Amino acid sequence: MIRVVLPYHLRNLAKINDEVQLDVQGQVTIRSVLDALEKRYPMLRGTIRDHVTGKRRAFLRFFACEEDLSHESLDAPLPEAVASGKEPLLILGAIAGG
Amino acid sequence: MSGVRVLVGTRKGAFVLTADAKREKWDVSGPHFAGWEIYHLKGSPADPNRLYASQSSGWFGQIIQRSDDGGKTWLQPGTPPGEPLTTPEGMPKAESNKFVYDTSAETGKPLTTHQFYDGTAHPWEFKRVWHLEPSLTDPDTVYAGVEDAALFRSSDGGQTWQELAALRGHGTGPLWQPGAGGMCLHTVLLDPSNANRIFVAISAAGAFRTDDGGKTWRPINQGLQSLYIPDPTAEVGHCVHRIAMHPSRPNVLFMQKHWDVLRTDNAGDLWREISGNLPTDFGFVIDVHAHEPETIYVVPIKSDSEHFPPDGKLRVYRSRTGGNEREALTNGLPQSDCYVNVLRDAMAVDSLDSCGVYFGTTGGQVYASANAGDSWAPIVRDLPAVLSVEVQVLP
Repeated sequence: MIRVVLPYHLRNLAKINDEVQLDVQGQVTIRSVLDALEKRYPMLRGTIRDHVTGKRRAFLRFFACEEDLSHESLDAPLPEAVASGKEPLLILGAIAGG
Repeated sequence: MSGVRVLVGTRKGAFVLTADAKREKWDVSGPHFAGWEIYHLKGSPADPNRLYASQSSGWFGQIIQRSDDGGKTWLQPGTPPGEPLTTPEGMPKAESNKFVYDTSAETGKPLTTHQFYDGTAHPWEFKRVWHLEPSLTDPDTVYAGVEDAALFRSSDGGQTWQELAALRGHGTGPLWQPGAGGMCLHTVLLDPSNANRIFVAISAAGAFRTDDGGKTWRPINQGLQSLYIPDPTAEVGHCVHRIAMHPSRPNVLFMQKHWDVLRTDNAGDLWREISGNLPTDFGFVIDVHAHEPETIYVVPIKSDSEHFPPDGKLRVYRSRTGGNEREALTNGLPQSDCYVNVLRDAMAVDSLDSCGVYFGTTGGQVYASANAGDSWAPIVRDLPAVLSVEVQVLP
């Protein structure tokens, strides 16, 4: 079970109170996690990655296991601790402003 | 007894203000979509319970919301409750939030560049929906004016959107450039006497018209003079802030340009300036009295460098001649130390017997006049900065 923590506004949009737990088939990557997330919560399509290009939106970041994965390949395997459900994948809004 | 519903979009959510026809005591509901920018929300003329809202965020992009009960509850029309969340092919739904420029060979146009602030070529990029204009006759049809400037239409209640690509692609697109707020299509006027005629305005490109339902478009900027562009009378490049029409005379349009207030009597073929005795002819909003087609309202703003009312006095100026003669309306409005702005989509009129006029400010006040502007009172004083104001008359 993959754990995903969403930012406040996206939790509201998807009517989620807590972290999300997802079944992900195959290799656990950012792309496969987002595919599973958007399949369960289609209202999130376009809010994390662009509808057409699939690229991460500029003001969002991906963190896990105290590492910034924002600039890793979407198809790179996520850390084992995320794949095993020990640690969550954090999706959060980049700070822009003070 | 009839009443009114005022729809207010702000930097931090939407608010719905309701009152009976006296328009004295108001109920305030909201914030809806708290924390999100609501550039615009508007009701369908064909079904007052059908509302559309543009919810957006620099972080999370564009969301389209729809209400079928006058704003009590909302849904994203691409993901209606109770229906499968995926298509038969297994693809997630959420097409209501998807605005993709049409570059198909059959219906679309190549995605050219437009000018950036420094005049260099810049690729077209979708950012947000500025304005939603529901059809005059069909609750499921609605137009969306977007940034970077283009016009989209949905004919399924906002579930899916298709670009009317001939506007962006008619030829002058590479000369369009952004205004200070971005390169936005902010005004959509539907001609009640001719379903094939639509007017739009883009900052900073100008006004455009189609007479064939969007298949072809042409600039309608003759008569405009903009001293801040290399050729002040160029075909495009003008920073039009807002256009208004009275439904009984769709060939007469009134324009608040970056500088100058203008009118046309021939559907935009030629404009003439009617700034007259205004203390400044810079401003954003312009609107027309519901029952007097020659009575128009503007809110002068000191300049494009300062963006607040002259002398710290918030004044609405009313012309009863559709022209150069105006009176300042100040009763009930702050006449000292007022430094708010009134943005382009933040004025509306109702059609009750005594025409109501409404406007919102960047200071979070929404002012209402139940007597065509003779006197004003705030409905609310402390909302987030107001981006848009619309009003519906309810049965």
